[in-house]
Amino acid sequence: MNTELLGIVATYLLTLVIAIPLGKYLAKVFAGEKVWTDFLKPLESGIFKLSGINPKEEMNWKQHMKALLTINLVWLVYGFFVLIYQDKLPLNPDGNPGMTPDLSFNTIISFVVNCDLQHYSGESGVTYLTQHVVMMFLMFVSCATGIAAAVVFFKAFRDKTSVRLGNFWDFFVKSITRLLLPLSLIIALILAFSGTPTSYEGKDQFISVQGDTVNVSRGPAAGMIAIKHLGTNGGGWFGANSTHPFENPNYLTTVVELIAQVIIPIAMVIAFGFFVRRRKLAWIIFGVMTIGLFLLLIPTVSSELGGNPALAKMGISQTTGAMEGKEVRFGPAISAYWSTVTTIVSTGSVNSMHDSTMPLTGAWQLLGMMINAFYGGCGVGILNYFIYLIIAVFISGLMVGRTPEFLGHKVEAREVKIAALITLLSPFLILAGTAIASYVFTNHGNAAWAVQPQNWLNNPGFHGFSEMLYEITSSNANNGSGFEGLGDNNVMWNTLTGLVLLLGRFLPIIGPVAIAGLLGAKKYIPESAGTLKTDTLTFGLMTFAVILVLNALSYFPALALGPLAEYFTMLK
Amino acid sequence: MKKYILQSIRLTVVLMVLLCGIYPLIVAYAGGFSEGRGGGEKMTRNGKVVGYALLGQSFTKQEYFWGRPSAVGYNAAGSAGSNKGPSNPDYLQQVSDRIDTLLKYNPTIRRADIPADMVTASGSGLDPDISEQGAIIQIKRVAEQRQLNEKVVAELVVKNTKKPLFGLFGPTSVNVLKLNLALDALKKSS
Repeated sequence: MNTELLGIVATYLLTLVIAIPLGKYLAKVFAGEKVWTDFLKPLESGIFKLSGINPKEEMNWKQHMKALLTINLVWLVYGFFVLIYQDKLPLNPDGNPGMTPDLSFNTIISFVVNCDLQHYSGESGVTYLTQHVVMMFLMFVSCATGIAAAVVFFKAFRDKTSVRLGNFWDFFVKSITRLLLPLSLIIALILAFSGTPTSYEGKDQFISVQGDTVNVSRGPAAGMIAIKHLGTNGGGWFGANSTHPFENPNYLTTVVELIAQVIIPIAMVIAFGFFVRRRKLAWIIFGVMTIGLFLLLIPTVSSELGGNPALAKMGISQTTGAMEGKEVRFGPAISAYWSTVTTIVSTGSVNSMHDSTMPLTGAWQLLGMMINAFYGGCGVGILNYFIYLIIAVFISGLMVGRTPEFLGHKVEAREVKIAALITLLSPFLILAGTAIASYVFTNHGNAAWAVQPQNWLNNPGFHGFSEMLYEITSSNANNGSGFEGLGDNNVMWNTLTGLVLLLGRFLPIIGPVAIAGLLGAKKYIPESAGTLKTDTLTFGLMTFAVILVLNALSYFPALALGPLAEYFTMLK
Repeated sequence: MKKYILQSIRLTVVLMVLLCGIYPLIVAYAGGFSEGRGGGEKMTRNGKVVGYALLGQSFTKQEYFWGRPSAVGYNAAGSAGSNKGPSNPDYLQQVSDRIDTLLKYNPTIRRADIPADMVTASGSGLDPDISEQGAIIQIKRVAEQRQLNEKVVAELVVKNTKKPLFGLFGPTSVNVLKLNLALDALKKSS
């Protein structure tokens, strides 16, 4: 096997080797069992004491959601103003300006919701201060928010009937102290010693070999890049994200960053199994997700390694595969793997430019984000999957004429209604958003915005449509990657994606937690011959079919207008 | 509700000290022991800094190996890719022009020898590397320009070729800046 493909295999295996034990460990941490990191307890008690929090105070699911929404609101308000006035605050060695209100609105929402859609460029749009107290801070806490929400969901199914689901602050703080902070530190050090800058010096200047004067943006990036991947955030220190040689100096760092972004999503699935004492169920879920990964990955790798057919016609050698927007030190294979991973787990960082990938690759990237539950984002991945699972329980219950049940709790009209609404939300936001954008582009091409609608698109034809579709899909999935050719820093895109981001984040968190809370409070029905078993291969396949059918029905027309149309045109 | 607001604000402040103060300072301190002391590893010629090892720079003179096309002209303060779609006609014209340029300055090579990375823009616009094949097709030109033996230049390319990680994982690459600096050093010593 060639070295590039071998790199993918090794990376994935290494991911599992780390993620599975990590899942076991997380289950113990959140169950309050003894673990080796208990030496951090004094740090946690200190944090709780200073914040006036009693971590033993039990909450029901509504109180959990209130706490979650309150602290997120605090971050939104705080960050909005800091970004607007960043030029007047310290630690701005490059003298970058404050953000416009619409850009700040979009940016702060985007970081609070763990998306990191960046309508600014890291080198010129933010300061060292805001990179720290807004960007990096929110990378930690937005990820911890997702994990804490998932733990509430775990908690609802641990005991037979429970209303009291632990303390939100407890889960939240522990995800930072026991998971995110220590792992980030390790990753940051690996990056720092591979060449990623860590010092607070501002821009540098040198005269190149040929005598050109070159300015170099730098800054303490290593710490942020670590949590950017670990927390499935994806916002880059530099404009070019992880294609930038400072963010991602070599092949080893690419492997490290790739592993970092998948371990928590996988670990959360494993943790679920241990936490609710249903390990087989967790393995089935993991299996379905993994099949999903490979179904998207294999065609992606194959189309990128195949190279651009339009360039092949020019008679040049494409033994190295498609290289537009890619870096030589990574090569197309691991770049293709990255593009799959970053879209299914909602990281949204890139080590190659997605706008320049092959048409079908674009289709797989979009589909990964539309499904958004193959591993999925930190904590929210398993919550998204849970919604599909409830739908599958409901449909299979109807098919075989059994009462739909999940883990000993009857799934009734109210729960199914919530699940159905959440399922409908994504296509609504994605399709309506893209429709609005297309309408404005076509009918109001000369609106006097920072970027005129007629100049939005960097590419003509079907690919241009894909740029808009991708932007909205990425916002809804809280992914944050983009077909970056899109001229998105103007009032319409900033507002539209800002709203999509908010709805696409909080409703899909509240929905599953509400369902879990409602189910958990119901009377426990012991398993009997009449029970529909959810931890079987058959049910796994059923869930997979539900995911496939729902998404195909929702998105096939949009995909056909964008990437698929481009693909077939290129075949000519 | 009011209780949650107060707790949220206090928790935010406390965590900010930990995550935005203590954590990055530890990283910054440790980074001070790395090769470039946390500011990025620099390359020098005759004692003068001429670039960063990790950042590509523009090479257009015939006596140097050329790097990849860059969408931002190797501007290290504004990294970006071209974001051109694979079927964009303007983009395809651009690639075609790049092929012609390469053929013009390296008249002995065939079209089919040109690897895709030499005619496509990188993701960051700062790619420091080219593929092995990308260097090989330039050997003859560089050798002629510098009146060196082709073999000497070819050896230098081999010496500056980075093998896959542990010989097993990932592609091979050639750092253009390092290769060119090695060329310059060669001229002086001979």
